[in-house]
Amino acid sequence: MATIGFLMNMATARKDVERWAMGILSAGLGLHTVYLAYRWWISGHAPIVNLHESLSFFAWFVTLAFLALQFRYKLKSLGAFVAPIVSVLLIVSYSQSNKIMSLPPSLKSFWLPVHAGICIASYALFATAAAIAMMYLLQEKNIKSKRFNRLFERLPSLDGLDAMIGRCINIGFPLLTLGIITGSIWAESAWGAYWSWDPKETWSLVTWFFYAALLHQRLTVGWRGRRAAIMTIISFFILLFTFLGVNLLLPGQHSYATRLD
Amino acid sequence: MQQDLTNHVVSIIGTNHKTSDVAVRERLAMPNCSAPPLLEFYRLGVCSEMIFLSTCNRVEIITASFSGEQAVASIQRQWEELSGLNTETISRNTYRHYGSDAVRHLFEVAASLDSMIIGEPQILGQLKTAHKTACEAKTCSTILNRLMEHAFFVAKAIRTQTRIGSSAVSISYAAVELARKIFGELTGKTALLIGAGEMAEIAAQHLRQQGVKSIIVANRTLERGIELAQRLGGQAISLSELPDALIKADIVISSTGAPGYVLFKDQVSKIMRPRRHRLLFLIDIAVPRDIEPSINEIDNVYLYDIDDLKGVVDQNKAEREKETVKAHRLIDTEVIKFFSWQKTLSILPVIHELQKKAEEVRLKELVRSKAAIKNMTDEQEAVLEAMSRSIAQKLIQNPIICLKKESEHHPELLDACRRLFALNNNHNGSQEKNSG
Repeated sequence: MATIGFLMNMATARKDVERWAMGILSAGLGLHTVYLAYRWWISGHAPIVNLHESLSFFAWFVTLAFLALQFRYKLKSLGAFVAPIVSVLLIVSYSQSNKIMSLPPSLKSFWLPVHAGICIASYALFATAAAIAMMYLLQEKNIKSKRFNRLFERLPSLDGLDAMIGRCINIGFPLLTLGIITGSIWAESAWGAYWSWDPKETWSLVTWFFYAALLHQRLTVGWRGRRAAIMTIISFFILLFTFLGVNLLLPGQHSYATRLD
Repeated sequence: MQQDLTNHVVSIIGTNHKTSDVAVRERLAMPNCSAPPLLEFYRLGVCSEMIFLSTCNRVEIITASFSGEQAVASIQRQWEELSGLNTETISRNTYRHYGSDAVRHLFEVAASLDSMIIGEPQILGQLKTAHKTACEAKTCSTILNRLMEHAFFVAKAIRTQTRIGSSAVSISYAAVELARKIFGELTGKTALLIGAGEMAEIAAQHLRQQGVKSIIVANRTLERGIELAQRLGGQAISLSELPDALIKADIVISSTGAPGYVLFKDQVSKIMRPRRHRLLFLIDIAVPRDIEPSINEIDNVYLYDIDDLKGVVDQNKAEREKETVKAHRLIDTEVIKFFSWQKTLSILPVIHELQKKAEEVRLKELVRSKAAIKNMTDEQEAVLEAMSRSIAQKLIQNPIICLKKESEHHPELLDACRRLFALNNNHNGSQEKNSG
């Protein structure tokens, strides 16, 4: 399924290829949905428990977000930037153990799909925002330096890209906030404390602050352009660290990254 | 009376911006001719079909004739007479193309590969008009009609399959294109003109067409500013109101005659916050420049001066040159297709005769059968009629398909067909009955 995404890379060249790639990506999304549903049914809990499942779910959401954006706004060449992210996520996901693990009783809760689902949905939107920010930087460089590379014609306008980053973050941020709140409620019921400064929680908060700052600047002083795009990308890297780095490097209660074998 | 169409040669004699200067071209276009030039040439009777194309960059006489070079020679003599230019001048300033070269040349002209500005779209319309005129004067038929249709098809294919017409090659157009790359749709944007020059007016009109909502004109002398603002449907302000106008504007076009800068970096940095960091596109078409160049360093501000825009135009032109290679490849294949079509014209008389023969035999046998059967009902007669028709058709169906498909590579099939079906014509090709 990962290879499917790569085809999107060619989408920039020709219209018919783009249509094909969109079709394949949509079909991929459909199969992926079936796969996720199957895992949910087999394991009896939402498939967002170990790293394989989280990444797979992440990729699913990014694809969904992309298709929704593409359907609504038809942004030129976005696919070529989003599809590689999806592919990487899926490849990493499949390099992880995909055994279905049984859940420790402390985590068996209605909050699992809610908390993890919301978090990953917000991650997906931020990932899309970062991809669009990359496009923004490339196009910005073209116009600022007055030397146009071949991408110039295929990339959308600066204002269009900026507005799209804004949309992603405007939806992503409330989701992230909600994710942290639900996590906290769940933590209270599972571990007995709303907030215990475990690394995951700390870094989530850091991420939240980054995006809060970005959004605040956008809303109050109309911050936009190159620096906002760079900030979007930096925030996304912090988010990636929260999502992956903390799990792999720092021990804590969010141990879904630990390998089984 | 027409001769075998396959032996007709497409020939072109013409002149364009590369081979002649405008003074000669003007005379060759013969604007003062008493009759339309097309008829003056067609009257010679040296070619069976003719189209006369005249634009500001070219004059061409496109012909289909049996003799090719002879026809062109007599056209040239007529041209000398009508334009009053001598043989030597005309020979030096014109080009002649025959056969596949002529077809290729016409395709290139139609696809705007031979234009002064490669990819400019007007030529196609001009060619269509010339063709229409010729149709109305009944000076073109089978070959040139097909050639023109083919040329229009090629031009369209090249336009969609290569990016030859996609980039801006004039300065004001390049500016508008850039604005679209920065802002996307320009509807609802505000443009500010500093100075009321002619170039600024042209660019502003382009922007208006793209949906720019309001235009503000700031000029040193307010009267001239008001004049221009009225023409553009905008509003005029004095230069002292510039800072406020800069906050509102999205696109600024500056073209004053001032000796120094009129817009400085700190002026623009100051307004970015009140603008809520909205993108600002500054176009400086004044010489000497009006806007301090370092303004381009400010975030979200994009400054292009006249040289930058020329650079964009040159890049686009270079891009077009590259695309022409692709276009020429496409043309080569289409030229071959045209000639294979022309070759198929030779089978038309054979097919025609074959069909005629089949019909003759059928009718003769039908009459005989009808006479032999007495008291036939209308129904039975109809069945008999239909049966004879389908037998005749089915018998000649395969030979016709075979001729159409294979006679190009096996010309001997034509002769074989005539002999096998005993078609009454001998096989020297030129026949009187195929004038359709």
